[in-house]
Amino acid sequence: MVAATKIRKARVQMEASRPYAQRIRRVIGHLAHANPDYKHPFLTEREVKRVGFIIISTDRGLCGGLNVNLFKTAIGEIANWREQHVEVDLALVGAKSVQFFRRLGGNVVGTATHLGDKPQVNDLIGSIKIMLDSYSAGTIDRLFLIHNEFVSTMSQRPEVSTLLPVSAIDLGDESLQDHWDYIYEPDAEELLDDILMRYIESQVYRGAVENFACEMAAKMVAMKSATDNAGEIIDKLQLAYNRARQGAITQEISEIVGGAAAVSG
Amino acid sequence: MATIKVDIVSAEGEIHSGEARMVFAPARMGEVGIAPRHAPLLTALKPGEVRVEDVDGKEHFFYITGGILEVQPHLVTVLADTALRGEQLDEAAALAAQQEAEEALKGASEETDVARAQQELAEARARYRAAQKLKGKR
Repeated sequence: MVAATKIRKARVQMEASRPYAQRIRRVIGHLAHANPDYKHPFLTEREVKRVGFIIISTDRGLCGGLNVNLFKTAIGEIANWREQHVEVDLALVGAKSVQFFRRLGGNVVGTATHLGDKPQVNDLIGSIKIMLDSYSAGTIDRLFLIHNEFVSTMSQRPEVSTLLPVSAIDLGDESLQDHWDYIYEPDAEELLDDILMRYIESQVYRGAVENFACEMAAKMVAMKSATDNAGEIIDKLQLAYNRARQGAITQEISEIVGGAAAVSG
Repeated sequence: MATIKVDIVSAEGEIHSGEARMVFAPARMGEVGIAPRHAPLLTALKPGEVRVEDVDGKEHFFYITGGILEVQPHLVTVLADTALRGEQLDEAAALAAQQEAEEALKGASEETDVARAQQELAEARARYRAAQKLKGKR
């Protein structure tokens, strides 16, 4: 029941993060149509030699197969890249993924745990920046995000999405076809840096919030089946107890009756 | 009278959305006033006040800690930050995340390992006891 209330809050939070994600997408869509002289590295593809993954898991357990499914997907992806002789860097969000990859091994460059009921952008900035810095420095050539997607209360699905390089966003807006450019203040390079960083952060934040909603949904379902199972066991035990008690009573009566018959006979 | 659409959003929620006559924002290079049909502009914002003059001439104030301002001729978008930002603060956050990772993965995590091991031991003991009881019954 606790999870049922929390899930409602988490969904509200999920909804609240949507406008920002939409608006920043729109701005970046506009940007793609502008004609700056400066090409930002976040927008250009390059040959892949090393990739980064940001993996968002839950902080706590008791949520059924949610994390396990996520890790299975993550391991599949990582194995895929390793087969192509591409090294993998990991940034982990959530205590469960830290535990998991500590056992499994892997090059972990940053972690963020204990986000609580209300994930804050603040808590995620550090891990994201490490990844963005290594992308800018050319250490990694592609960055992915793995998190659980909230389909419905009964169903969550691990999802892998590409964060970097930022792919072209098609807005379908005809009015932007002309050749034009923004006035940049102070300058294009710095601004693009800022805005793309925020774009990535908003994506990761959205992932974290969505994952939290998934966690609560999975918890609710897990707890429900646990309650059902416990109820079944209680029923069985009750039946066994009643049988044993009835058996004892029957035995006692037959002993008394037998005794009385022996005395009177 | 010409109006311009204003959207003010932060990562943690929508703050304001509506038509306006005029928008004032604290740009990095000094305060800017945006009227309808302003030229496309992209600028960073510093901490301060965004002022929106709506269609009825009423003024709305929003305090932001920084962010990005995008202007299209009929559209103003303010992407407000929710966190205090700055090169040094970001740098510190990155360092903290890295240290956390190192600690979680190395010797400093002994404490959590011990707690975990104890928990697993308690679990195993309980299982063993239950098994013994079952055995005794049969």
